[in-house]
Amino acid sequence: MNLTMLLDMAVDGFGDRIVVGSRDLGISAARLQELSVAGAAAIREAGADSVVYLAVNGPAFPVAMFSAARAGVPLVPVNYRLGREQLDGLLANHPRALGIADITQAEALERAGLTVFSPQEWIQSLASSTNTAFDEDDDVDTDAPAVVIYTSGTTSAPKGVLLRHENLTSYVFGSVEFASAEETDAALVSVPPYHIAAVANVITNLYAGRRTMVLEQFTPDQWLDTVRREEITNALVVPTMLARIVESDADKSVPSLRGLAYGGAPMPAKVIERALQMWPETGFVNAYGLTETSSTIAVLGPDDHRAALASDDEAVRARLGSVGRVVPGIDLEIRDFDDSVLEPGVMGRICVRGDQVSAEYAGIGRMVDERGFFDTRDKGYVDEEGFLFVGGRVDDTIIRGAENIAPAEIEDVILRHPDVLDVAVVGVPDDEWGQRIEAAVVLRPGAPVDAEDLRAFVRDSLRSSKTPDRIVYWDELPRTETGKLVRRHVVDRLVKQEQSAKV
Amino acid sequence: MILKVGQSLASSVDTTTVIVVRAPKTDVSLTCGGVDMVVGKKGEGDGSSIDPAYIGGAELGKRYADDEAGIEILCTKPGKGRLELDGRALPLKAAKPLPSSD
Repeated sequence: MNLTMLLDMAVDGFGDRIVVGSRDLGISAARLQELSVAGAAAIREAGADSVVYLAVNGPAFPVAMFSAARAGVPLVPVNYRLGREQLDGLLANHPRALGIADITQAEALERAGLTVFSPQEWIQSLASSTNTAFDEDDDVDTDAPAVVIYTSGTTSAPKGVLLRHENLTSYVFGSVEFASAEETDAALVSVPPYHIAAVANVITNLYAGRRTMVLEQFTPDQWLDTVRREEITNALVVPTMLARIVESDADKSVPSLRGLAYGGAPMPAKVIERALQMWPETGFVNAYGLTETSSTIAVLGPDDHRAALASDDEAVRARLGSVGRVVPGIDLEIRDFDDSVLEPGVMGRICVRGDQVSAEYAGIGRMVDERGFFDTRDKGYVDEEGFLFVGGRVDDTIIRGAENIAPAEIEDVILRHPDVLDVAVVGVPDDEWGQRIEAAVVLRPGAPVDAEDLRAFVRDSLRSSKTPDRIVYWDELPRTETGKLVRRHVVDRLVKQEQSAKV
Repeated sequence: MILKVGQSLASSVDTTTVIVVRAPKTDVSLTCGGVDMVVGKKGEGDGSSIDPAYIGGAELGKRYADDEAGIEILCTKPGKGRLELDGRALPLKAAKPLPSSD
């Protein structure tokens, strides 16, 4: 099994269709196959054992992915925002890689001794290659992973997740119908290439026959303009992007947009409710998944969203905050700390099993139990009808005194305050309690809210042991580019603020 | 034969190839155009030898499944011969598309 099978099927099914880039200047499925043949030859010629991609998203990304797959080596998309030390440490794992890097990033790869192409050079060199003839017998079976993605390291040191061809193709076969997109369909991709959603976007849209366009740098105006100009039908955003779109003063009409998927971090209820009212014709999809699970394992679909928004039944309405039901091919168990399986409605650890689940880390191995289940280290529960609710990372749990407290629960309450835009609740080391609860809050500009009033607002919904001992106001929170909160940076800053206040 | 998930199978009489998406636990006979499929990625033959009774080929990208037998296969190259499991035609699986989540 190889990812190239998806591309080769696309060529057989709709080879002339433009699948990457703009309608006029984009790359057809057949051309993508040719470029990948030339790319694989270039990789073999260079003797490279992997392809490191250190650049913004663009046409070179799918070309690199299928070239690497055809050469039987992994593609390693790397975060171009990493600090020098982290980047050097990570590149040291791939000493024989062929490098594709933006000009501003090339130096890091050269420092590591790699041959570097810019994305433009890479595509141009392949486009002028004479070695583009596809040979059906030239089929590569490889033990190497298809893609290696480093985790964002928000809770621990970054780990390389190995996604095998079998994992990624299982995901595609399990959740996408071949050639199901209309010829006029187009998807807008706003996530960076080192995010699992960007990898999934390439393969699922190609398999569906849907053209993908990339937005290199997200701003609400750019995103909205591109959706209108390119008549985008489907898009994926992370919650912080949707929040900025909803808050923006720009023209928000998006007549072509049929489906909008979101994921990557928890979605504030306020934001999704406003978005649903703003775009009643658009089908919203909440997708939950991890890098380790080859992207989506649970989906809350358009009908679920509409039913929840319109319902008077509190249990149905609450589903707007759920991530929906598991996709075919995934088995899910909510487990207690002793590994016993919990009933609906009871919070525990989310554990999953399925062919798309890699759960495999470079240098560590596969982290599954004897029955093949992977512990996501996310907390959650399912309701009576199988809707999954995610309650944050197990590692983020605050232990105050002897009580385990999920920050997500407190954050949900604070976010309900009309003047609150963003919030992080964390445990700060405390001599008496072990940890005490503190909250960093971003207020709507020009909205003065007294911290004591906000504490009282929390206390009205939750008991006092879950009310933050201190609330501070910041201009913004430390989030990754894909909207994930970096809690340890919040804790560091809170501790520093306190120390300097004491001096 | 015992099928395995992810396995590629090819026709012995035409261009058809499939991959196994869901595999039954038991030994089964999977045929294309009335002849056993074999492990491989390239079908042998142009379909001209197929008995007219076994014509009715698989379509590219379509799934063929029998829930009772616990089998699902996906057509990766189309051909002329009908897919059969233990002598019964494998029905086309109706698409139940998930909303696009990527």
